[in-house]
Amino acid sequence: MLAKRIIPCLDVDRGRVVKGVNFVDIRDAGDPVEVARRYDAEGADEITFLDITASSDERETIVHVVEEVATQVFIPLTVGGGIRQVSDIRRLLNAGADKVSINTAAVFNPNFVHEAADKVGSQCIVVAIDAKRVSAPDAEPRWEIFTHGGRKPTGLEAVAWAQRMVDYGAGELLLTSMDRDGTKIGFDLPLTRAISDAVSVPVIASGGVGNLQHLVEGVTLGHADAVLAASIFHFGEHTIGEAKAYMREHGVEVRLD
Amino acid sequence: MNRVVVIDYGMGNLRSVVKALEHVASKQAHVALTASPEEILEADRVVFPGQGAARDCMQALRNSGVLAALRQVATDRPFLGICMGMQVLLDHSEENAGTDCLGLVPGRVTRFAKQQPDADGSCLKIPHMGWNQIRQTVPHPLWRGIAQDSHFYFVHSYYVQPESAESVAGMTDYGISFCSAMACGNVFAMQSHPEKSAAPGLRLLQNFMSWKGDC
Repeated sequence: MLAKRIIPCLDVDRGRVVKGVNFVDIRDAGDPVEVARRYDAEGADEITFLDITASSDERETIVHVVEEVATQVFIPLTVGGGIRQVSDIRRLLNAGADKVSINTAAVFNPNFVHEAADKVGSQCIVVAIDAKRVSAPDAEPRWEIFTHGGRKPTGLEAVAWAQRMVDYGAGELLLTSMDRDGTKIGFDLPLTRAISDAVSVPVIASGGVGNLQHLVEGVTLGHADAVLAASIFHFGEHTIGEAKAYMREHGVEVRLD
Repeated sequence: MNRVVVIDYGMGNLRSVVKALEHVASKQAHVALTASPEEILEADRVVFPGQGAARDCMQALRNSGVLAALRQVATDRPFLGICMGMQVLLDHSEENAGTDCLGLVPGRVTRFAKQQPDADGSCLKIPHMGWNQIRQTVPHPLWRGIAQDSHFYFVHSYYVQPESAESVAGMTDYGISFCSAMACGNVFAMQSHPEKSAAPGLRLLQNFMSWKGDC
């Protein structure tokens, strides 16, 4: 049976992991290679690097990070952040990334997703969707796409946008609830389910994970195919192995071998 | 010297395959990524990867000049097809409104049905993406040391249907039960990506590096 995936996400700035990764007996918690190796050893199903480097001059460093990680970690690697052209994608894939995640560029130029999928194949293209609830608490839920870390509304309705991105060639969607991101109170389950049920491709749920039960709910109630989390793994609260054992105990199919 | 080549015919990123082989190879081994027919013919063993669409893949093979060498080595030395490199070994693929393939293994390539219902009634997502189990249906040197039902990483929308049940080396369940590994003489092929499948995948590649091409 196809396993549900657990994906730790690492924020990388100028080639270093930031936002603190707190492993026991790791020599350098800022070294992406060491962190990736540790997550791989713990049983992560994929690793996502989010390049948060502001300066495009320093953007090239993520390519070297991916190159270095790819020589030592043999699970899928996804890279997101700052991808605007097909040449950016090619450079990352050639460095050893398996998929790239496109966010802002998709909103400003949806055809970019089409062009990218056409050139490198849908299986390499993840479209990141940042959605925020815009309806009143007692009204029928409605979510819109936001950019700039949830500050700028675009007027795009989230479910229709997700379907459009799949039509344009997205092979997978990385769905983040801007309301939940960083709150540790769990995924926005109605949002996750609405999108996952509306599209034919896998959906990765993101934003809000604070405990292991949240991961289970993302799959069972949110219908997500994969769950992404950062802080519960980074700060040593839980290992990937603990998360998987918990999910299996609660009836979720996971990879333990 | 144990020389393994990864055939580079311009289809996607092959660095991961090379890196994984280098990781498991002994010091006496040499791993090369090549588009040279001469180098392919001189190799002791050959890895044939592939990704993207069947038509593009066949077109790239024809344009690359490696086709004759590929046909040769697929008959006479340890040969490993991966993902699209498995699918194009068959006669024909449904992809791109029908694409004739290499015809090295009798059979066809079919798309997963849209809205394929799962056991619990929910619809399966296409592509089949993620970690799924391979049920080893025959003992084979490449399965050595790999537990039955180990998870491997898959990304695909089409699957192979070899004509002869004797070609099947492994099966995987995704709505239906499909052939996820084939073994015919010196050829072994798999739909999943061993280079992205953690320990079981690396073990398979390591087994390939010492395989004599027998069953």
